[in-house]
Amino acid sequence: MTIPTTYLITAVVKIALVVFLLMTGVAYTTWLERKVIGRIQNRWGPTRVGPFGLLQPLADGIKFILKEDMIPDKVHRGLFILAPVLALVMSLISIAVIPFGEGLHVPVAGTDTQLQITGVNGFPGAPHSTDINIGLLIILGVTSIGVYGIALAGWSSNSKYALLGSLRASAQMISYELALGLSLVGVLLMAGTFSLREIVNTQAGFWLPYVPHWYIFPQFIAFFIYLMAAYAETNRIPFDLPEAETELVAGYHTEYSSMKFAMFFMAEYLNMITVSCIATLLFFGGWHGPQIPHLPQLLTDLLPVIWFSAKIFVFMFVYIWIRGTLPRFRYDQLMAFGWKFLLPLAIANIIVTSFIVAWRA
Amino acid sequence: MVPLSWYLILSAILFCLGVSAFLLKRNIITIFMSIELMLNAVNLSFVAFANHLGKLSGHVFVFFVMVVAAAEAAVGLAIIIAVFRTRETLNVDRVNLLKL
Amino acid sequence: MLHEILFLFFAAICVGGAINLVLQRHPINSALSLVVVMVSLAALYLLLGAEFVGAVQVIVYAGAIMVLFVFVIMLLNAGAEEQSQGSRIALLIGGPGVALLAGAIMWLVTHSDKTIGNVVVGSMVSTTGGDNTHQVARLLFKDFLLPFEVTSILILIAIMGAVVLASRKES
Repeated sequence: MTIPTTYLITAVVKIALVVFLLMTGVAYTTWLERKVIGRIQNRWGPTRVGPFGLLQPLADGIKFILKEDMIPDKVHRGLFILAPVLALVMSLISIAVIPFGEGLHVPVAGTDTQLQITGVNGFPGAPHSTDINIGLLIILGVTSIGVYGIALAGWSSNSKYALLGSLRASAQMISYELALGLSLVGVLLMAGTFSLREIVNTQAGFWLPYVPHWYIFPQFIAFFIYLMAAYAETNRIPFDLPEAETELVAGYHTEYSSMKFAMFFMAEYLNMITVSCIATLLFFGGWHGPQIPHLPQLLTDLLPVIWFSAKIFVFMFVYIWIRGTLPRFRYDQLMAFGWKFLLPLAIANIIVTSFIVAWRA
Repeated sequence: MVPLSWYLILSAILFCLGVSAFLLKRNIITIFMSIELMLNAVNLSFVAFANHLGKLSGHVFVFFVMVVAAAEAAVGLAIIIAVFRTRETLNVDRVNLLKL
Repeated sequence: MLHEILFLFFAAICVGGAINLVLQRHPINSALSLVVVMVSLAALYLLLGAEFVGAVQVIVYAGAIMVLFVFVIMLLNAGAEEQSQGSRIALLIGGPGVALLAGAIMWLVTHSDKTIGNVVVGSMVSTTGGDNTHQVARLLFKDFLLPFEVTSILILIAIMGAVVLASRKES
C-alpha cells in the first residue's frame, strides 16, 4: 500500500477507537460522579441497575434516545439545532492533537504509528516523526469557538432564563479563557515550543533521585491558576452559577430536551477530560511513569497510555470531589476573582518566569 | 501549483463583497462586520505575499491589522450601544438628525 | 493537485460565506457567516505556511472579536432589517461600481500573472531556522518592537474607551 493510504487507514482507525473510548469514558464519568457525590453525601448512589450501578449510564443513554425531542414554537430553529452540535463537535476536535503515548507498533499490519490522531511517523520522505507544532494553540482556539455553542443556545431559545444564563456563562468563559491561556505561558517559556509532544519530551529525566522533571514543581502557581480557570471554563462548581438549578432554572439549556441536552451534557464532560489532558501533559509529565521491564512489545507501547489515563482519572476525581464539597460563587464574586485576582497573578507569574529563563540562558 | 494571482483574486472578491455589504446594508452592526470582512481580505493578501516573497514581515503586519481591528471593533460597538440607548434603533437611515 | 483542490474548496467556502453575509436579513446570520469566512481564511493561512497567524486568527478574530459582535447583537435584540429608500439608491449605483472595482483588480492581477509566479505550499516560508512561531517572534520583538509596544498602548486606550462609552451615566 502506498504511504498516504496507510496513513489514511491508521488515522481512521485511531479516530474511531479514540472517539469510542472517549464516549465510554464520558458515560462512566457520569457514573463515577454520581457514586462519589453519593458517598460524600452519605448515601449509596446508583446501585440498582447492574452490579454497583455500572449499567446506569447505559440506562441513561437509552432514556435520552427514547425521550421526546421537543422544539418550542418561537425559537430560531437553525441556531437551536446548531448550538449543541457545535458545542459537542468542538469538544471532540480538541482531542485530535492530544498525544496519549509514544509510538505503537501495530503487530498485524506491521506499521508504526504515533499514539495521537494527528501524529505521523516518519516515512522515507520525512524521516523524523512529526507533530503539529502549534498543538496548544489549536486547543485554545477550539475552546474559544466553543463559546458560540453556549451563546447561541441561550439566544435562540427565546426565553429570558436561557438568555440570561447563556450571557452569564459565555461572559464567564471568555473572562477565564484569558487566565487559562496566560497561566500556560509560564510552561511554554520553560519548554520553548507549542507542540504538545515536545513539551512532554522536555519533562523527561529526574532532578533529585526521585523528583521527576515535571513542570508542576517550578510552576505550581501557574498550575493552580490553570486549575481554577479550567473549573470556570467547564462551568463546574464552584463556578457553575450559569447552570445551577436553584438560580436560573437550568440556564442556557433550559429549553433543550433529550438528545440535544445529552449533547450539551457530553460536551461538558468532554471539556473536563480535555482540560485534564492538558494539565497532565503540561504539568505532570504526560505519559511518563515508572517503566516495567520484560513486557511484550504491545504492552510496553500501551504502558504510557495507562499512566496517562491514571493521571486523568486523578484529575476527574478531584473535579468530582470539589463538586461535592464546595459551595458556589456568586456571579460578581466570580467575575471579580477572574479579572482582579487570577489575571494579575498569571501576568506576575509570566514576568517572574521570563526573568528566570533569561537569567539562566 | 497554485499561482499567487488566485489568492489575490480571492482577496479582491472578498474585499469587494465587503464594500458592497457596507453600501447595501442598513443595520449598523452588519456595516461594522463588513469592515471586518474587508480587513480580513487584506490580511489574506499580506500572508499570500509573505509566502511568495519569503519575508515574514507580512505575518507581523497581519498581527498589527488584527490588533487594530480588535481595538476598532471594541470602541465601535461601545459607541453603537451608547447610540442605541438614546435612539432606540439600529437602522442607519433613522439616525440622520442631530437632535432626536 | 491536492493543493489546488484544497485552495478551491476553502476559497468557495470563503466566498459563499461572504455572499451570505450580504444576502441575509438578520444580523445574527450575517455574524455567523462571517465566522465561517474567518475560519476558512485560517485554513487558507495554513495552506500558505502561516500556521501561527492562522491559529491567532481563530483565537482572536473568530473566537473573541466575533463573540463580541454576537454578544452585542444578543444584548440589543437586533431584529431583521427592512428595506428603505437609501438602500435602493445604493443598490443602483453601488452595485455596478463594486463590480467595476472587482473587475479592475482582477484584470490587473491576471494581466501580470506570468511575472508574479506561484505560491509555495506549506511551512517552507523562511530559511532562518525554527518554525513559524519562532520566526515571527524574532521579527516581532527585534525589528518591530516599537510598533508592538505602540499597539499595546493602543489596545489599552481602546479598552478604557469602550468601558467609558458603554457605561450607564450615574445620575
